[in-house]
Amino acid sequence: MDIRSQIAMVFHLDKCIGCHTCSIACKNIWTDRKGSEYMWWNNVETKPGTGYPTKWEDQDIYKGGWKLDNSKGELQTNWKSKGLGNIFHNPNMPSMDDYYEPFTYRYKDLFTSEESNDQPTAIPVSQITGEFINIKGGPNWDDDLSGSPDYARNDVNFKNLDPAEQEAMFQLERMTFHYLPRICNHCLNPACVAACPSGAIYKRGEDGVVLVNQEKCRAWRMCVSACPYKKTYYNWNSGKSEKCILCFPRIESGQAPACMHTCVGRIRYLGVMLYDADEIKNVASCAENELVEAQRNIYLDPHDEEVIQAATENGISLSTIESAQKSPVWKFVKEWEIALPLHPEFRTVPNLFYVPPLLPAMATVKDGKYENQADSFWGGIDKMRVPLKYLASMFSAGNTDTIRDVLGKLMAVRHLRRALTVNDQDKDITAIAMKESGLDQDTANAIYRLTSLPKFGERFVIPEAHREEAIEMLNDTEEFKGKTGFGTRKSFERGL
Amino acid sequence: MTNFWFIGLPYAALMIFILGSLLRYKLIPFQVSSLSTQFLEGKKLFWGNRPFHWGIIFLFFGHLIAFLFPKTLILWNGVPLRLMIIEAAAFAFAVSALIGLILLIIRRLSNKKLQVVTSKMDIAVYVVLLLQIISGIWIALFYRWGSTWFASSLTPYLKSIFTLNPDVQIIATMPWMVKLHVSSAFVMLGMIPFTRFIHFLVYPLAYLWRPYQLVIWNWERKKIRKSSKLAIDHKITKQQ
Repeated sequence: MDIRSQIAMVFHLDKCIGCHTCSIACKNIWTDRKGSEYMWWNNVETKPGTGYPTKWEDQDIYKGGWKLDNSKGELQTNWKSKGLGNIFHNPNMPSMDDYYEPFTYRYKDLFTSEESNDQPTAIPVSQITGEFINIKGGPNWDDDLSGSPDYARNDVNFKNLDPAEQEAMFQLERMTFHYLPRICNHCLNPACVAACPSGAIYKRGEDGVVLVNQEKCRAWRMCVSACPYKKTYYNWNSGKSEKCILCFPRIESGQAPACMHTCVGRIRYLGVMLYDADEIKNVASCAENELVEAQRNIYLDPHDEEVIQAATENGISLSTIESAQKSPVWKFVKEWEIALPLHPEFRTVPNLFYVPPLLPAMATVKDGKYENQADSFWGGIDKMRVPLKYLASMFSAGNTDTIRDVLGKLMAVRHLRRALTVNDQDKDITAIAMKESGLDQDTANAIYRLTSLPKFGERFVIPEAHREEAIEMLNDTEEFKGKTGFGTRKSFERGL
Repeated sequence: MTNFWFIGLPYAALMIFILGSLLRYKLIPFQVSSLSTQFLEGKKLFWGNRPFHWGIIFLFFGHLIAFLFPKTLILWNGVPLRLMIIEAAAFAFAVSALIGLILLIIRRLSNKKLQVVTSKMDIAVYVVLLLQIISGIWIALFYRWGSTWFASSLTPYLKSIFTLNPDVQIIATMPWMVKLHVSSAFVMLGMIPFTRFIHFLVYPLAYLWRPYQLVIWNWERKKIRKSSKLAIDHKITKQQ
């Protein structure tokens, strides 16, 4: 057993209002620089939709993530030949057109244009060339475009749905969408790290944050295509790859990452998970319908005495273990099993978990009349506006049973809370929902509490980074005095 | 004049190459990058970059073999068919490098976005590469069987440079196109620290034998201070 700690997150999709505040907070802090204008380390997508970059989930195009060699039961291991062979031209790399060309407006013209009968306009200009640009795409270009032929219809997750099921999703009365906020998954089996020929990308041992060493990156670009979530970006100006750093300077000083801190819907939870690093390979290479269960099992119970013992022996500090015991992520992922990883079939063992959206069909049109669902207030789980198969292809590698379990619990919580607060439903409905979900009343109330009424400290349980111990161990403390900080004296100019 | 071009320049270039590359690698590692432009334009790059690089790599190793194993090469070339194969292959790769380079130059000139990321040194790189490849092809066409006479006449000159005992007698009698080819090669060498040429020094060969996953600890895991352990023991005794 090799216990390590990992900072993980939960996104409660029912609470996401799609305001993009997280994206803006991230952009203002990290990617407001030349060469990174197009990057959104944090972005929010509308699902169904094609996402950013376009069709990022389609690994037939980008060949990202790991594949299982079924005959051997091993993960695909041709990264090395691929990396060195495609070094002069990477055929699977998305280009700027797959994201969008960043633009601004020539505001100066509003003040300097000559007097005339018409209002002056600020024309859009490319942020790369500075010349006029006919804008064809931009950040959130597909925002809220559910049902649109260009975006929603081309969603890769429809591949498991037959045409009739797809058509049903696009009927006006059933039409729906939900948001999907995405940052780097800080995976346990990261494909970007494995694909980096120069070894510039690494996982931090102490908290699992995946980072790109800007001084070792040589722009071989393999990480961009290898990351199945397309969360490593190429800075066209500096000639280096960049990615979400999980706001590590903030985390180290006990603050929540900017995207989480600013979240208006308070959908985000952050906490520590203890996991067994020896099991990563087994989890990543198990059968597709077992992936979610296997990943749940890699996280170890921080209350277990044996785990605590093994963790301390591995150098994990007590404060980290205590954080793990209070981790909201532990509750959502392990205790209640209602948060699922995004696309576990990419086999990178991602550390972002999503509580899938509960989108009940409240009514149907019958004989031209709009009527409430007959059986109960929210209808059944199989009659959701989003088909189980669609959610399954996003969150459980196609396993609809997993999704049904999760939605059943979420529905039970709703029924219970409605019974307790409004009490306008048949008692049997609540009882049946609770029984089928397997939740007891206390657990359901706990889920409700952490979902609806959590305080900041309950949503973000940030472990102490213990930089001081690391410094003591690796440097002379006297010498290090006054050296700590975040600045650099080196220039970050593009090379010749 | 011969001394300047074939003794002064080579040594200056070598010094600049070694010191400059080391300094750039050590002092400004952020500026050591291949500066790929595939992100801005990926389709035309394929047709230029692959033929250029494969061509130039073959030619580089061809020259290196002729320099390191001249006798073997001369013996190998003793059979006309083998000589023909080597010469034809080298010529084909040279043409591939030239076509690739021309396509890359056209690509860069015709794309506004690429011009934004083109430095003056990039243009210098194109000029010296064009000069080098064209003069090489010229020599291959008009001074036949270079793979043999390189081994017998230029290798001794190069060896004399590297053994710090420069001897310019042979090179002085060479046609001026050969002289141009040799001088521009040294110019190219001297340009490495100041141009994107630096990227070939950091070709990621180490990738072949490193494990896929890379985890870096900010503490020494073996030597971890047992403060947390002490705290636990303390807690346990307190509970008792």
